[in-house]
Amino acid sequence: MTTLLSVGTLSKRFGGLQAVNEVSFSVTAGSIKALIGPNGAGKTTLFNLISGVIAPDSGFINFCGHEVQGLRPHQVASRGMARTFQHIRLFPKMSVLENVMIGRHIHSRAGFVAGMLNLPYAWSEEKKIIEKAHEILAFLELENLADVEATSLSYGQQRNVELGRALACEPKLLLLDEPAAGLNMSETAELGALISRIRDTGVTVLIVEHDMTLVMDISDEIIVLSYGKKIADDKPLAVQSNSEVINVYLGEDEDDA
Amino acid sequence: MSAKFLQLIGLAVCIVAIQICTQMTDSSYYLTQLTMTAYYSLLVIGLCMLIGYAGQISLGHAGFFAIGGYMSAFLTTHDFTAIKGEPFVAFLSKIGVLVVRKDVYGGELLAFHSWPACILSVCTVLIVAYVIGGPVLKLKGHYLAMATLGFGIIIYRIVVGTSGLGAADGISGVPGFTLFPGVVISGKGSGRILNYYIAWGVVIAGMTFLLNLISSRVGRALSAIHGAEDAAEAMGIPTANYKLKVFVLSAGFAAVAGILLTHFNGSIGPSEASVMKSVRYVAIVAIGGMTSLWGAVFMSLILNYFSLRGSFGTYDDAVFGVILVLIMLFAPDGLIRRQILIDLKYFFRRFAKKEAAL
Repeated sequence: MTTLLSVGTLSKRFGGLQAVNEVSFSVTAGSIKALIGPNGAGKTTLFNLISGVIAPDSGFINFCGHEVQGLRPHQVASRGMARTFQHIRLFPKMSVLENVMIGRHIHSRAGFVAGMLNLPYAWSEEKKIIEKAHEILAFLELENLADVEATSLSYGQQRNVELGRALACEPKLLLLDEPAAGLNMSETAELGALISRIRDTGVTVLIVEHDMTLVMDISDEIIVLSYGKKIADDKPLAVQSNSEVINVYLGEDEDDA
Repeated sequence: MSAKFLQLIGLAVCIVAIQICTQMTDSSYYLTQLTMTAYYSLLVIGLCMLIGYAGQISLGHAGFFAIGGYMSAFLTTHDFTAIKGEPFVAFLSKIGVLVVRKDVYGGELLAFHSWPACILSVCTVLIVAYVIGGPVLKLKGHYLAMATLGFGIIIYRIVVGTSGLGAADGISGVPGFTLFPGVVISGKGSGRILNYYIAWGVVIAGMTFLLNLISSRVGRALSAIHGAEDAAEAMGIPTANYKLKVFVLSAGFAAVAGILLTHFNGSIGPSEASVMKSVRYVAIVAIGGMTSLWGAVFMSLILNYFSLRGSFGTYDDAVFGVILVLIMLFAPDGLIRRQILIDLKYFFRRFAKKEAAL
C-alpha cells in the first residue's frame, strides 16, 4: 500500500477567514477517497491548494514523492494530477473530441515551430492523440458525440466530457469536484459505477461530494472537514457513526446542553 | 489538411487573377497599393492569431510594425563613414554587413546591407515583445488593452520626438531590399509585378505557417486558453508561456511587415506608429470574424486597398473607428462566417413581422 498523495499541516487564510486549518491526510494509491463537509468547510479550497491554483500559507503537499506546493497548476498537472471543476469548465467552440484531445497535451511535445512547419513528428504525434482521444470516448460511451460542440451537450454529458478530458491526461490522481452536482439519481448511480471503473484501471481518485449515497457507496475512506479543520478520516461506516460528524451535519442541540 | 492546401491554392489563384486583370486593363498601377496591402495583411494575420485564437488583445501592434520599419530604415540609411576606422565597424564592412552605396544625391555612404538590417530589426522586435509581453500578458481584458495601448503611444511619442529618426518627417531615401542579386523589394515601376508577387508570396507563406499552427497541438492549446484559461492550466498547458510565445510570434509578423513595407515605400513616417493604425488592425481582425485567418486576409485586402487608394478621403481613421463600433454592436462574430446568412434571414423575418404588426 503506497501513499500517492500526502498532505501535512496545510493552512490557508483568506483575510479574516481561516479556510483550511492545519489539515493533514494521505491518499493510498489505487483507492477512492472522499472529502465531505458542510458548505464553506474548505473542501474546494483544499482542492485548489492541492492542484496548485492557490499556494498554501504553510504546510506541505507531497505527490509521488515530490513536494508540489507552490508549483503552478500546469506543473502539478504534468506530474500526473488531473481535475474536474465544480462548475463545468469545458472549452467552448471546440468539439467533444477536441476537448478530450487537450487532455493529451502533457503527453505530447510538438511546439510552435514544429506546429508551424507541420513537421512529420508533429503529424504522427497528432494521429496518436486522436487515437487515444477516441479510446477515451469509447470508454465513456461518448463515441457518437465526438464531433458535436461540447458546450451544446446536456449537463450530464458535459460532466462526462470533462471527466474524459481529465482521463486523457492518464493521471495518477484524479480530483473530482462535486461530480454529481445537478445529476438525477439514476445519473448519479451511473457516475458512481463509472468512478469505480476508473479506479479499477489504476487511477487513484480524490472526490469532493455532497451526495452521501454516492460517497458511502464508492469511497474506501472519507475525510470530513468542518470550518477548515479535519474532524474525521476513516472508513465510511466508522464516519457514519462518528459523533462529531453527526453533530456537524445534524447540528448540536446547544440549548439543552 | 487538404482543405487547407486547397484554400491556399485558391488565394494564390486569386492573386494571379488580379494581376492578369490589371495587365489586361492596362491598370497595373493598382498593383502598388495591392502590394502595400499585402504587407499590412501580414501584420493582420499575425494579430488575428493573437486576438482571435489565443484571445489576447493588443492595441500596440503598430508599435512593433514601426520598430521594425524604423530600425531597418535607420540602419540602411545611416552613414557610418565617419567611424569606419573603428575596429568593429571595419570588421562589419569586411564581412559585408556594411556596404558602400550611392545615396539619392550621388554621394557615397557606408550603411547596413538590407539583410543584416532586417535580421537585426526582427530580433530587436522579438526581444522588445518578449520583455513587454512578460508583465503585460498577466493582465486580462480591458487592462491588457490599456497596457498595450500605452506601449503603442510610447513608441509613437519616441518616434515623433527623436530627431535621429527624422521626427515628424520620418526617414526617407530607404534603399530597396535586395533579397537576391537582381531581386529587389522596392517601389520602382519596373519591379512592380515582381514586388506584387513577392509581397503576396510572403503573405501566403505566413498563412501556411499560421494555418499549420492552428491545426496543431499548440493551436488547440491556444484555443483552450481563449475558452477557459483555468481549465487549460489544469490540463497541463503552460498558459503564461504560450500567451507570451504567441504574442512574440505576432509581433514578429508585424516586424517583418514593417520592414518590407518600409523598403518597398522607400520611407517610413510616424503615422505608421500611431494608435489609430493599431485600432485599424484590430478593426480588420474583428470584421474578419476574429477567429478566421481567411476573414482577416479578405477584409484586410478590401479595406486596406480602399484606404490606400484614398477612397475614404480625410475620414480614413473615422471609417475604421465606425467599422469597429458597428461590428462590436451588431456582428461581434464578424462578417466573414457561415452563420451570417442565417442571421440575416432571421433579422429580415423579425423585421417583416414588426411591419406586419404595425
